[in-house]
Amino acid sequence: MSIDISKIRSDFPILSENIYNKPLVYFDNGATTQKPLSVINRISEYYKTENSNVHRGTHYLSQISTDHFENARSYIAGFVNSASHKEIIFTKGTTESINLVASSFSKIISSGDEIITTAMEHHSNFVPWQQLCINNGAHLKHVDLEKDGTIDLSKLTELISNKTRLITIAHISNVLGTINPVKEIVEIAHAHGIPVLIDGAQAIAHVNIDMQEIDCDFYAFSAHKAYGPMGMGVLYGKEEWLNKLTPYQYGGEMIKDVSFTKTTFNDLPYKFEAGTPDVAGVLGMEAGLRYIEDLGIENIKAYEDELLEYASCEVKKIAGVKIIGESVNKTAVLSLIIEGVHPFDLGTLLDQMGIAIRTGNHCAQPLMDHLNISGTLRASFALYNTKDEIDIFVKALRKAVSMIIN
Amino acid sequence: MSVKEKAESIVDEFSVFDDWMDKYSYLIELGKELPVIDEKFKTETHLISGCQSRVWLHAQDENGTIIYTADSDAVITKGIISLLIRVLSGEKYDDIINADFSFLDEIGLKAHLSPTRANGLVSMVKQIQLYARALKLKSES
Repeated sequence: MSIDISKIRSDFPILSENIYNKPLVYFDNGATTQKPLSVINRISEYYKTENSNVHRGTHYLSQISTDHFENARSYIAGFVNSASHKEIIFTKGTTESINLVASSFSKIISSGDEIITTAMEHHSNFVPWQQLCINNGAHLKHVDLEKDGTIDLSKLTELISNKTRLITIAHISNVLGTINPVKEIVEIAHAHGIPVLIDGAQAIAHVNIDMQEIDCDFYAFSAHKAYGPMGMGVLYGKEEWLNKLTPYQYGGEMIKDVSFTKTTFNDLPYKFEAGTPDVAGVLGMEAGLRYIEDLGIENIKAYEDELLEYASCEVKKIAGVKIIGESVNKTAVLSLIIEGVHPFDLGTLLDQMGIAIRTGNHCAQPLMDHLNISGTLRASFALYNTKDEIDIFVKALRKAVSMIIN
Repeated sequence: MSVKEKAESIVDEFSVFDDWMDKYSYLIELGKELPVIDEKFKTETHLISGCQSRVWLHAQDENGTIIYTADSDAVITKGIISLLIRVLSGEKYDDIINADFSFLDEIGLKAHLSPTRANGLVSMVKQIQLYARALKLKSES
């Protein structure tokens, strides 16, 4: 099956909006993707016909709501091929998923212990570990990057010691687009008895995610970067790990029994889901992932690879352009700098031409320091983007550069 | 010219542009023409941290008026700074403290001054006025 782009574009109402009287070109998908009608309608339908609190009512609506909520969990477990629905914890998003693990790990990380990360992490997979290490007297080590924006696995291996308690790494870099060899990293870590957390925020909509294949211990992702709603995400955790960790927040569904002196906690996955969940968000996330499944992640990947290759070739024709992140194994993200031009100026002018891209440090300041740049211009693609849009973007970029330089 | 008259003359100048390109080209031109700040003032102390472009601002008291010099690494930001400097530099403390910045709105640059716009201009306006208050207090002491 190939991608029917005009059909796909008609599924996303926002794509026919005009910005300053110009057709929107939306290349900020790394920040959030747009939502198809199936997602918008699913959320709307829930509030129109199903709304009720889950897991507690004896009445009809509560039962329906609970069924749909738990069916969505099972569907998502299948989508990422986890061994059990108990391993799928609903959170507010990737950031909360990582904070949940960091919070629970703070009880088991001691002074002198070590955590290993990389120089390419988003702040969300860096600051929770940095703060945990500061609070517990532990050390956060990071793997520096190669010139093309990849990780040399031998350098990662060198950092491992008998004090290493966790390796935490992005599946795909939000700045460089590098797809990290997560399966190999997990193999190396497990050979030393070290668990691995993977930040999958940039991966979920772009590559096949298979928990049993990757064999990682934790995997975090957000719904809103995969055509679903904002404020919803998942922490996948291996059952044995989730059983070992203490709860993150207390109250609501995560409780089994409470007396005046003690509380016992619910079983997985509920142990980590305090308070009333965002049911519509879960159903919207399911609808977004179903949208991906219907098109086929392999088809999406092939199409987005084509877009990335085309865009990379075209921008390189502009004098002074340097692409940041040149891994042979990358996807959907094109970061660049142009000699003598501040990314912020480019972003301002592109905005005037109806083009949504992101400029700045992309919440990855350590990476910017490592690369010794203040920021980049990032175009990030999704399955509804086209080569025609890339042509518009490249033309606009040329115009912006000539306005600034001349 | 008073602060108000200078602001009005800027609004007049911009009224001839009917498309965004001319307006931004002009801002870029102004940015490039902004007199360079003394390198010794481009330090952390004078840095106003916006999220994306960096802005340096220096203020000097000259017999009851304030001379501002500034710089930024982004040229559009510099263009907007040059408008602010043109209106406020060389003015008395109170005229700066009570200045009306709505001319930026009238020339269609309001979005650049929204607090969510990460370009440091909001902090810059605050800093300009903070300098005026501080130097006024110092002159009275």
